[in-house]
Amino acid sequence: MAKVRGAVVVNIDRCKGCELCTAVCPTNVLAMHEKVNVKGYHYSYMANPEACTGCMNCATVCPDTVITVYRVKEPS
Amino acid sequence: MAELKLEDIIKEENKVFSKTPLFTDKPLSYCPGCGHGVAHRLVLEVIEEMNITDNVIGVAPVGCSVLSYEFMNIDMAEAAHGRATAMATGIKRVYPEKFVFTYQGDGDLAAIGTGETIHTCNRGENIVIIFINNGIYGMTGGQMAPTTIPAMKTSTSPYGRDTQMMGNPLKMTELVAQLDGTCFVARHAVHTPVLVRKTKKAIRKAFEYQKAKKGTAFVEIVSNCNSGWKLTPLQSIKWLEDNMLPYYNLGTLKEDPLD
Amino acid sequence: MGEIKLMKGNEAIAEAFIRAGVDGYFGYPITPQSEIIEYLMSEEPHKRTGMVVLQAESEVAAINMVYGAACTGKKTVTTSSSPGVSLMQEGLSYIAGSEVPCVVVNVVRGGPGLGTIQPSQADYFQSTKGGGHGDYHLIVLAPSSVQEMVDFVPWAFDLAYKYRNPVMIQSDGVIGQMMEKVELFEQMPRLTNQEIKDKYDDWALTGRTPGREHNVITSLDLVPERQEKFNHKLEAKYKIIEQTEVKYEKIMCDDADYIFVAYGSSSRICQKSIAIAREQGLKVGLFRPITLYPFPYKEIMEMVPQLKGVLTVEMSLGQMVEDVRLATEFKVPVEHYGRVGGMIPTPEEIVDALKTKIIGG
Repeated sequence: MAKVRGAVVVNIDRCKGCELCTAVCPTNVLAMHEKVNVKGYHYSYMANPEACTGCMNCATVCPDTVITVYRVKEPS
Repeated sequence: MAELKLEDIIKEENKVFSKTPLFTDKPLSYCPGCGHGVAHRLVLEVIEEMNITDNVIGVAPVGCSVLSYEFMNIDMAEAAHGRATAMATGIKRVYPEKFVFTYQGDGDLAAIGTGETIHTCNRGENIVIIFINNGIYGMTGGQMAPTTIPAMKTSTSPYGRDTQMMGNPLKMTELVAQLDGTCFVARHAVHTPVLVRKTKKAIRKAFEYQKAKKGTAFVEIVSNCNSGWKLTPLQSIKWLEDNMLPYYNLGTLKEDPLD
Repeated sequence: MGEIKLMKGNEAIAEAFIRAGVDGYFGYPITPQSEIIEYLMSEEPHKRTGMVVLQAESEVAAINMVYGAACTGKKTVTTSSSPGVSLMQEGLSYIAGSEVPCVVVNVVRGGPGLGTIQPSQADYFQSTKGGGHGDYHLIVLAPSSVQEMVDFVPWAFDLAYKYRNPVMIQSDGVIGQMMEKVELFEQMPRLTNQEIKDKYDDWALTGRTPGREHNVITSLDLVPERQEKFNHKLEAKYKIIEQTEVKYEKIMCDDADYIFVAYGSSSRICQKSIAIAREQGLKVGLFRPITLYPFPYKEIMEMVPQLKGVLTVEMSLGQMVEDVRLATEFKVPVEHYGRVGGMIPTPEEIVDALKTKIIGG
């Protein structure tokens, strides 16, 4: 069976560090980075990229639309 | 078979979600975690999907979303406080072929603009009203709103809203659902992925009602104001679920046939 | 020669809206100008020209409907009387502050407060000095006959679009209610949506035309440097208006030792006063400002060398008199005579006032 793999790209300098994306990620991919962006916010990043399924939950709740989502079916 | 690398996934052809080009390049002025951003996005995505960009005129309110016209890359007017639906009425009446919507907060729509809101809905103006209810005046620093729920603390109800002294919250959505002029009235929220998807469907439906010239379509979005509520964004979501939603029940209140 | 009719001022201006190709009228009934919306409703202009007429729930809503409709570049108008125009001041400030063209008619009645439903001219300060908040001006036109109620409508729209500025036609209960012979101009076509786009697409809300930036109508700028620049832009516009748009009429002024300065219905009464005064050997003329803003300061000043005194006549306790004193730089005596509360001065009273306040004063 084909496995679905996903990935997200966070627009780091537009992230306001609200953490809403981390709370809705079903596979605990996202976390807040220990570093801060130009605005001084800890920004969201893929701490556990292998687990991403590209479900789009994070992007769906992101108030600043800083997350772009990619998804691909891994050839079995 | 080798594991897919990230660079194999992050390719244009695999993109499943990106920011609608109907946003301008300006960063949103809202606080971290504020529901306004999602509500803006849903309105713009619906406009993009219906392919009505050159045929839509929006009206911004006074309140936190006063600058929404800076973020939405469509023709927009900025109304005086509370007068958005009167402005939208004027636009729609002389330009009936355009899609017209207002985007208003609770102070704008349910306090200073109550008269305009009710009469616009009662006349059945063929417009869409998007109503963001976070139970507080965000822009002016967290004062009591007409939608502040009983016992809720704000800077002008610092010991909690005492309904004996300060009056009761106003459920505008229930009120306008009673009026003959409205065709579609619903209350939604945008703090979980499922609710966001439902809200988008409702906004799309509201614009479809306008297309079908059925009357006023009214969508309330119960949202958070973590700054005004003095909570973190995640705490504010929990507070919203525990306190706002029991008072402001989600769902469709009115749905005329959309032929 | 256009169609000639006997009409009330209020009906005539309503007919003029239709004939001027107006796209939208939004108003709320108030005495003494309710005939305007009544006439429009009975004429069904949506059948004649496609013009929209809507009775709003308040003057506040009406002016904001005008604001919205006018944002699209369409010709839009509202009418009211003094207490209603007070309610519109917020909207007028926003309209001026976002440079949106529209026309507002005030058929003035007496105040303050509910005052009276009878005629007055006591809204001069409100009309010419701002009325709402912030630095702005309406262009203010003062008709003195039913004919001018009609003729000023296309003129008002020309000025509104030329300067992207709200224009007020300041009438009064006398002109609104009286019947006179009037010649109506021919029907002008309403602009098509394409014509509006061709003319006003650089600012109007027509739906974002592919290839252009989005248009925004707003009176807000939170950056002080930009807002100051915008205020100066308005100032420069008002300067041009002051230099180019002043209109006035002089009657029997060539040999005059004394002049009345009066506009609207008062100026008509003053014409009779001139005849009475001249029979008594007094050389009196009339200077009638037609634009109240821009005010004819320079033109009044030019008359000062020949004058022994000036009497302003206005149905108020003395508002325009302040501008006339500014115009004459106190080089001749300037006094005011007026009746208020809905009372209208008689020609004889005015001549007596000239004698007691100026000649004998």
